[in-house]
Amino acid sequence: MELKPGLKLKSAGTTAEFIVIRASAGDVDLTCAGAPLNADGSGTAPAAEATGELLVGKRYGDDEGTVELLCVCGGPGPLLLNGRTLTAKAAKALPSSD
Amino acid sequence: MNIATLLDIVSSVEPDRIAIGDAEFGITLGELREQAAKAVTLMGDQPGRPLLFGGTATAAFPIALFGAAVAGRPFAPISYRLAPGPFTALVREQLPTTLVADFRSTQDLGALDGLRVTDPDTFLSEVRAARRAESEPDQDPEQPAVLLHTSGTTGRPKVAVLRHRHLTSYVLSGTEMLGAGRDEAALVSVPPYHIAGVAGLLTALYGGRRIVQLPDFEAKTWVQTAVRQRITHAMVVPTMLARIVDVLDRIGTELPDLRHLSYGGGRMPRPVIERALDLLPHVDFVNAYGLTETTSSIAILGPEDHRSARATSDPGIRRRLESVGKPLPSVEIIVRDPSGREVQAGVGGELWVRGPQVSGEYAAASRLDGQGWFRTQDAGRIDADGYVYVEGRLDDVIVRGGENLSPGEIENVLIEHPDIADAAVFGVPDMEWGELVVAAVVPRDGCSIEEAAVQTWVASRLRSTRVPAEVRVLEKLPRNDLGKVLRRVLRDGGDAVAAG
Repeated sequence: MELKPGLKLKSAGTTAEFIVIRASAGDVDLTCAGAPLNADGSGTAPAAEATGELLVGKRYGDDEGTVELLCVCGGPGPLLLNGRTLTAKAAKALPSSD
Repeated sequence: MNIATLLDIVSSVEPDRIAIGDAEFGITLGELREQAAKAVTLMGDQPGRPLLFGGTATAAFPIALFGAAVAGRPFAPISYRLAPGPFTALVREQLPTTLVADFRSTQDLGALDGLRVTDPDTFLSEVRAARRAESEPDQDPEQPAVLLHTSGTTGRPKVAVLRHRHLTSYVLSGTEMLGAGRDEAALVSVPPYHIAGVAGLLTALYGGRRIVQLPDFEAKTWVQTAVRQRITHAMVVPTMLARIVDVLDRIGTELPDLRHLSYGGGRMPRPVIERALDLLPHVDFVNAYGLTETTSSIAILGPEDHRSARATSDPGIRRRLESVGKPLPSVEIIVRDPSGREVQAGVGGELWVRGPQVSGEYAAASRLDGQGWFRTQDAGRIDADGYVYVEGRLDDVIVRGGENLSPGEIENVLIEHPDIADAAVFGVPDMEWGELVVAAVVPRDGCSIEEAAVQTWVASRLRSTRVPAEVRVLEKLPRNDLGKVLRRVLRDGGDAVAAG
């Protein structure tokens, strides 16, 4: 699957949903709690072990900063991009300015 | 990502949290999303065309904004304070369109082909009666979300294009979803057609902070509303803060609930912020610098910097109250000379900015350079510690005998004079020096001002090149409706009223 900003992603068999904020070109393999993550939430959930909780409002990305997903509906993790875990970006607590 | 998705997220997580209005009777996030979905149904008749909003800050503002975002129409807030001629010209440019505005703004429009007009109250009752649209917002980040007219202090207003990606980047990079406490409330007194009115609405909603709207700013009402609504956060422009400080001084209110006061939208005179810091020691002050074209703030001076600058006797640190602090983590700011070369720390030039929230784009064309930099047309410098100093619009910098003088530095000294209520400094052409420094001053009630006394006052505080060659005494300064001094008008010698 190719990611592009604005693409909405659902996971088969879990409640988790994401919106792509940043994407790199090329095909990627995204899974959430062991199930594929795609535009229509199709596919079956393999009996993989779910670990951790993906939280609504958190942004998940790779270390290189090339891919970023915003969680719009929470669910079980882990969130994997090509087998590597996407981690929650620490919120930069900025004082409000407007 | 669409800005309406920001509302979708927070309204799905905490639908019952109050979004707009009174803590008890206000509109919840869930109700706001519902109203926006109904507004979408009303907006289906002119797909892709801008929705003009000429109303004041009421609930109709966010409902129309999010309705337009889901309907795929750019939201174009326009000033209800414009004279009939410019107002009509601006509407004409956007035809075919729908205009939501009060009757007093629309009565002189006459019949225009392709224009549908409705007033905000009618719009709201039509929304309530409408069927809910089930459509999902278009997630294309490139779609234009908001069209804003720049303030045009230096020339004709331009239409800045803010795409969904600019606004969502701004919100997501600095705001934690529903991170605000349940007791937090923001008092918004900037109008919907100001970038801070739009950005402030989005960040407060996404952060879960209740918004209290004050449609027509008046200092006493602001203070009363802040007390009654237990306001914890507020944003004001410098002229508003000066008037608020006067009211607080007079009536002795301390605003015990207020925790956070941000200001921006123009240069803050140092005496005003120093007085505000002294009157409200429990409040966190934030100075924010940004432009319409940069989706609001790009640099901020935070609460700690305010406190340490006020407490210290070190003049270098004290002066930071005149800076706009440091760039946001997601933004880069540099200073370039007129040939486009980046200059060293401490050297003045033009401020350039780059980052995901920077639009730098007008209805006609993008103004970003090949590397994504946007020239602000603001003069400034960045010191060795990374603090950004904005010296005003490039056009306002006075070049006297080859030396660049910042009007703000001289204005700060002028308004410290006990007999001077307000002051603006500008340059006028001169054969010998290129430009001469001229000060326009407004005396305090019952005071008279002599040119020589003003010159002596400045000469005892600043280098001699800063001393005004001429002092004009006026009854008031020409300002736009958000308090920005119109130096262009002063230079042209028009509009200003000479004191008798």
